[in-house]
Amino acid sequence: MEATGAEIVVRCLAEEGVEFVFGYPGGAVLNIYDEIFKQNKFKHVLVRHEQAAVHAADAYARATGRVGVALVTSGPGVTNAVTGIATAYMDSIPIVVVTGQVPTPAIGLDAFQEVDTVGITRPCVKHNFLVKDVKDLAATMKKAFIIAATGRPGPVVVDVPKDVTAHLTEFVYPATVEMRSYNPVVKGHSGQMKRAVQMLLEAKRPMIYAGGGVVLGNASPQLAELTRLLGFPITNTLMGLGGHPATDRQNLGMLGMHGTYEANMAMQHCDVLLAVGARFDDRVIGNPAHFAREQRRIIHIDVDPSSISKRVKVDVPIVGDVQSVLTDMLELLKLAKEKPDAAAQNSWWTQIELWRSKNCLKYNQSGAIIKPQYVVEKLWEVTKGDAYITSDVGQHQMWAAQYYKFDKPRRWINSGGLGTMGVGLPYAMGVQLAFPDAQVACITGESSIQMCIQELSTCKQYRIPVKVVTLNNRYMGMVRQWQEFFYGSRYAESYMESLPDFVKLAEAYGHVGMRIDKPEDVEAALKEAFSPALKERLVFMDFQTDQTENVFPMVEGGKGLSEMILAEEL
Amino acid sequence: MRHIISLLMENEAGALSRVAGLFSARAYNIESLTVAPTEDATLSRMTIVTVGSEDVIEQITKQLNKLVDVIKVMDLTEGSHIERELMLVKVKAVGLGREEMKRTADIFRGRIIDVTDSTYTIELTGAGSKLDAFLQAIDPAFIIETVRTGASGIGRGERSLKI
Repeated sequence: MEATGAEIVVRCLAEEGVEFVFGYPGGAVLNIYDEIFKQNKFKHVLVRHEQAAVHAADAYARATGRVGVALVTSGPGVTNAVTGIATAYMDSIPIVVVTGQVPTPAIGLDAFQEVDTVGITRPCVKHNFLVKDVKDLAATMKKAFIIAATGRPGPVVVDVPKDVTAHLTEFVYPATVEMRSYNPVVKGHSGQMKRAVQMLLEAKRPMIYAGGGVVLGNASPQLAELTRLLGFPITNTLMGLGGHPATDRQNLGMLGMHGTYEANMAMQHCDVLLAVGARFDDRVIGNPAHFAREQRRIIHIDVDPSSISKRVKVDVPIVGDVQSVLTDMLELLKLAKEKPDAAAQNSWWTQIELWRSKNCLKYNQSGAIIKPQYVVEKLWEVTKGDAYITSDVGQHQMWAAQYYKFDKPRRWINSGGLGTMGVGLPYAMGVQLAFPDAQVACITGESSIQMCIQELSTCKQYRIPVKVVTLNNRYMGMVRQWQEFFYGSRYAESYMESLPDFVKLAEAYGHVGMRIDKPEDVEAALKEAFSPALKERLVFMDFQTDQTENVFPMVEGGKGLSEMILAEEL
Repeated sequence: MRHIISLLMENEAGALSRVAGLFSARAYNIESLTVAPTEDATLSRMTIVTVGSEDVIEQITKQLNKLVDVIKVMDLTEGSHIERELMLVKVKAVGLGREEMKRTADIFRGRIIDVTDSTYTIELTGAGSKLDAFLQAIDPAFIIETVRTGASGIGRGERSLKI
């Protein structure tokens, strides 16, 4: 039977088992919306700004591991979506964004709501398509889902001109599509894996450094088994949090610019480093020249060859799916006759415990002002460490990463690579829709939350009961911190004047608002927000926190990992 | 170091802009870039001349391979290869200089492909350095116009880039 392009788009999404499409209608996608109206295979979630549609789809993908889907119209619909697409791209999140386009004969004529979508999105997508012929539409949709989800995942844009959505063709959804130019490597090189295992067994001061690739590649169980078998210390990157349980004794916590003292010191001083699904970025290893000063041998497992030896030269590169490579390496390890050098491990752990005893994350909750760290710790207690936490970008993000101990993968949803303020609330929507019964909290700041605050309306419409935990210090905290440290405390434009009354604002949108001023009220407020009585409600908690609190430890830009500023040093 | 990178990619709209965009986005150098379909019209063959350290060239090769439309990438300069570039030069050819220009073109095995009473248009092929040498051998005041295609390259002997 023949179908229109619009029907084909909708039926492809249904064939892919899509549960939610986050979107916003407009002229170029009206045919598609008309087909959405007529179907009941998936639910369309109407956001209040296209940026949020992409963020929500992105969060859905992060939390479930499935491909997220967003639908926007041409022109401003696309440009609004670009921030969301770039955010997903930087963190390698599999999403498919269907964009409307002006009719094919109008392309290039500066038509109403026309932009060069393929051109604008090209640098921030894994791949994109402009579908000029309705006959190519189904196969293109299939390709989009395959490309988004396989290899190193990423966003794929499918740009569909309005006339194509009206044209008729025979609809056949292919089970798969061969692409001669696209064949991501899955299996690791056996010789390299043998060398890697040998190197690990010879290590005196080993370290495992696990990134977001472990989470995206669903390799947490394999990583945990390997870590336990070897008895080595492990650290997670910001994107890798939850990839290995934070409460495991072998876990030294997050590393990097705001990493723990013990993780950064062990990273700097190890003699064999196993990097798994991580990319040695500037916020993780600081100055690469300083990092290279210490002699160490590096094994790097990554699905993307271009991530290997990009910033740091490695000795044993292993290209492949992390889960497959770790499974194979575990097998080799179990067959090996040698065991790690126990005496060397003991003295290495003694050194690490010494570093750990600095207790670099300690803070002092005394007096009448709420410490932001305290709120996060209490949130962890109240939710029994089992919530999905989304965050925005800034100090609150770092405190969330440091003080909420993630024991499971896909529980920590944040914008690591692009650092997009405003993601927190739409992220929470995407997660809560995927897991309606789960506890979902958005840890945010008074500045970030205002960048997508219109989504409170979406939350009302779809009864999305997320809990917003605002650490309100009346400053763009991270900007303020850098201005304090590096700009002689000249706080240029980092103070948030004229803040709204967030309680009234939440209420105006039909939600529950709370303002918390005193430390002794923190726990009670959180308990109430997560109580059965408010289970169905969005609760907006406005915690008035210490204005001058800073995030420690801190590795200044351009400095080495072991050159941290600690709280006690100031 | 100067490298000549050859690649095969899907002959689709926008493919060239993906490569060009990659080079500008990641601040890689392009000395020249040539592209045309192959005997199989679904494939484009591209030759890129670039300059960079070994690390940068490794990244360029990896990033090119990562592009979904790119099928195969080869660094021609890693092995024995042939490099050719075509140049068309329009020169003044008057008086005593007219005969001298013809002789110089002959020495470089150039062909005069268009003649007027005051100009020659000379066609030259060779490695980029040979074309440079020709331009240096003639008086710059005689040059009216030059057009160069940028280098194309192919591996020697059995070495080939195909699917």
